[in-house]
Amino acid sequence: MRIGHKMKALAAAVVMGLAAGAANAQVSGNVVKIGVLTDMSSLYADVGGPGSVLAAKMAVEDFKAKEKGLTVEVISGDHQNKPDVGSQIANKWYDAEGVDVIVDTPNSGVALAVNQITRDKGKLFLNSGAASSDLTGSKCSPNTIHWTYDTWMLANGTGGAIVRTGGKSWFFLTSDYAFGHALERDTSEVVKKTGGTVVGAVRHPLNTQDFSSFLLQAQASKAQIIGLANAGGDTINSIKQAAEFGIVKGGQSLAGLLVFLSDIHGIGLDKAQGLIITETFYWDLNDQTRAWSKRFAAQSGGKYPTMVQAGVYAGVLHYLKAVAALKSDDGTKVAAKMKEMPTDDPLFGKGTIRADGRKVHPAYLFEVKKPSESKGPYDYYKTRATIPAEQAFRPLSEGNCPLVK
Amino acid sequence: MSTQALFGQLLIGLINGSFYAMLSLGLAVIFGLLNIINFTHGAQYMLGAFVAYFLMSKAGLGYWWALAIVPIVVGVSGVIIERLMISRLYKLDHLYGLLLTFGLALIIEGAFHHEFGSAGLPYSMPEQLAGGFNLGFMYLPVYRAWVIVASLVICLATWFVIERTKLGSYLRAATENPTLVQSFGVNVPRMITLTYGAGVGLAALAGVFAAPIYQVSPQMGSSLIIVVFAVVVIGGMGSILGSIVTGFALGIVEGLTKYFYPEASNTVIFVIMAIVLMIRPQGLFGQR
Repeated sequence: MRIGHKMKALAAAVVMGLAAGAANAQVSGNVVKIGVLTDMSSLYADVGGPGSVLAAKMAVEDFKAKEKGLTVEVISGDHQNKPDVGSQIANKWYDAEGVDVIVDTPNSGVALAVNQITRDKGKLFLNSGAASSDLTGSKCSPNTIHWTYDTWMLANGTGGAIVRTGGKSWFFLTSDYAFGHALERDTSEVVKKTGGTVVGAVRHPLNTQDFSSFLLQAQASKAQIIGLANAGGDTINSIKQAAEFGIVKGGQSLAGLLVFLSDIHGIGLDKAQGLIITETFYWDLNDQTRAWSKRFAAQSGGKYPTMVQAGVYAGVLHYLKAVAALKSDDGTKVAAKMKEMPTDDPLFGKGTIRADGRKVHPAYLFEVKKPSESKGPYDYYKTRATIPAEQAFRPLSEGNCPLVK
Repeated sequence: MSTQALFGQLLIGLINGSFYAMLSLGLAVIFGLLNIINFTHGAQYMLGAFVAYFLMSKAGLGYWWALAIVPIVVGVSGVIIERLMISRLYKLDHLYGLLLTFGLALIIEGAFHHEFGSAGLPYSMPEQLAGGFNLGFMYLPVYRAWVIVASLVICLATWFVIERTKLGSYLRAATENPTLVQSFGVNVPRMITLTYGAGVGLAALAGVFAAPIYQVSPQMGSSLIIVVFAVVVIGGMGSILGSIVTGFALGIVEGLTKYFYPEASNTVIFVIMAIVLMIRPQGLFGQR
């Protein structure tokens, strides 16, 4: 008798659920669910991490989703820089937890795995944190949008600028996984194309403490430029220890191919000064970026946003616009809509998303200030040049993306 | 490969080895005398670097002050942990001590991570130790030379205290038979507490040595501690001399691997550990 009762209640619930679903069939589960898949605890946690979760939440808040009749939920997960862990979370999110879009995902190894899973399941991957240009090249997907930056842009920006000012021979210190390999490859191409040579490279494991052996090899190579094709904590340690081994004093220069604001904060201006870096966002660019970054810093314990976190904000904002316009959260359809609509946000300005999933906007060549030039924490960059959007990223025709005919 | 480059790599290996030696020494002392597998060791090494940073940024006390103050401050925190928590576990299986210290490490690292993030904090080198010598085959930073010498002195001094002094003989006797030693009027629990404090102080000191050259960040300990455990296992759990010699030797092996086959430099120590465990399970210098 009791069981019968329960069954009836259950059946009623199912019917009600179905009815509710039918009333709003377009947005799955009545909720737009955003999963921030990032590194919460290791070397990229300050580049993306909790700051990326905050940025996604700020975008939801600024979009005023409630007023537009959308219920948006943001959840987060830690991929621990392991593609298997990241894949497992992505599968669980998509299959069991009703996640509609995965955002951020620093670490190209994890991002490439999520790229494939998202495509198979017809969801959407809004990448800001990973760098590999393969995400919009040979591995491009109709369900992936690559927002902030990529290895081609970094190579072209920093690499190109350095070769033009006379840094002809290069030696690479490369992080031994998808990202490092892509960055080394893309930079080598730029170096060779502009008349330079690559004399050698050494590959170090991800998350290395001691770089002295590798730096010694770089020193012995006698290359003019030591290109750091690594990121986060690895870059910090490389730069710190290069100063110690007198590499810069000995006449060689360092090229930090991917350096974030948070890294400069960890290195200190005395060791980082003079570095040439390429980024697509800096908090002190204009009034809008300053206003947003101050709001961000107030909620993140005083930490200023990196370009990855800014990209999460802008990407989520554009995503929600597309969902609202379509009244659907179907991954494939939203991705197409996002490409169709021009982008406009306070952090990256006006831009577009290309057929290969590449978001295009200007990039900036920055120089790290001397300690005497800085007015305080996070006042670290001065702008050397602005690379216009159409030159900042790899031309559509050169990426070998099968979506582009 | 030229002999010049080979010498360079050997020297670099020696430098890294001095960190391994100092950390594994603390672990070996604690394990040898307390029978506690101190998984908090990495976190305490990290605490050493952070306390050095706080002294510099909050109190204006530089590197030399840090060398003196940090081991005491962190050592005292170790004493408190031992009194409040670890001392309750001596009668239980090793595993409980391991779980407790592992949990503590996660809590400490998590708290620091929450507060300071992962990018780390800057710590500059003392001016007296900046610069370097050109040795012909390599450029040796003064600071690294200092680290090798200082750690050798510390390691040998610790070995001497434990193996060659009266205090050391009490310590060793107390591990064998605490009741008997106590009956001679020696305060064994206090001695054990201070030993733990000293082991922790060693880890903190290594943290101060590391601050100017590595990233001062919450995960700096966890990335090192696993290697250091491997060193202790290879050297023989609890063997003081074994951990010193193995620390330096494995630093050199790792340095050479970084030259010949850099991709394997993270794993080579564990390969050696597996081989040693198969052939000589008690470790190279272990007894029984």
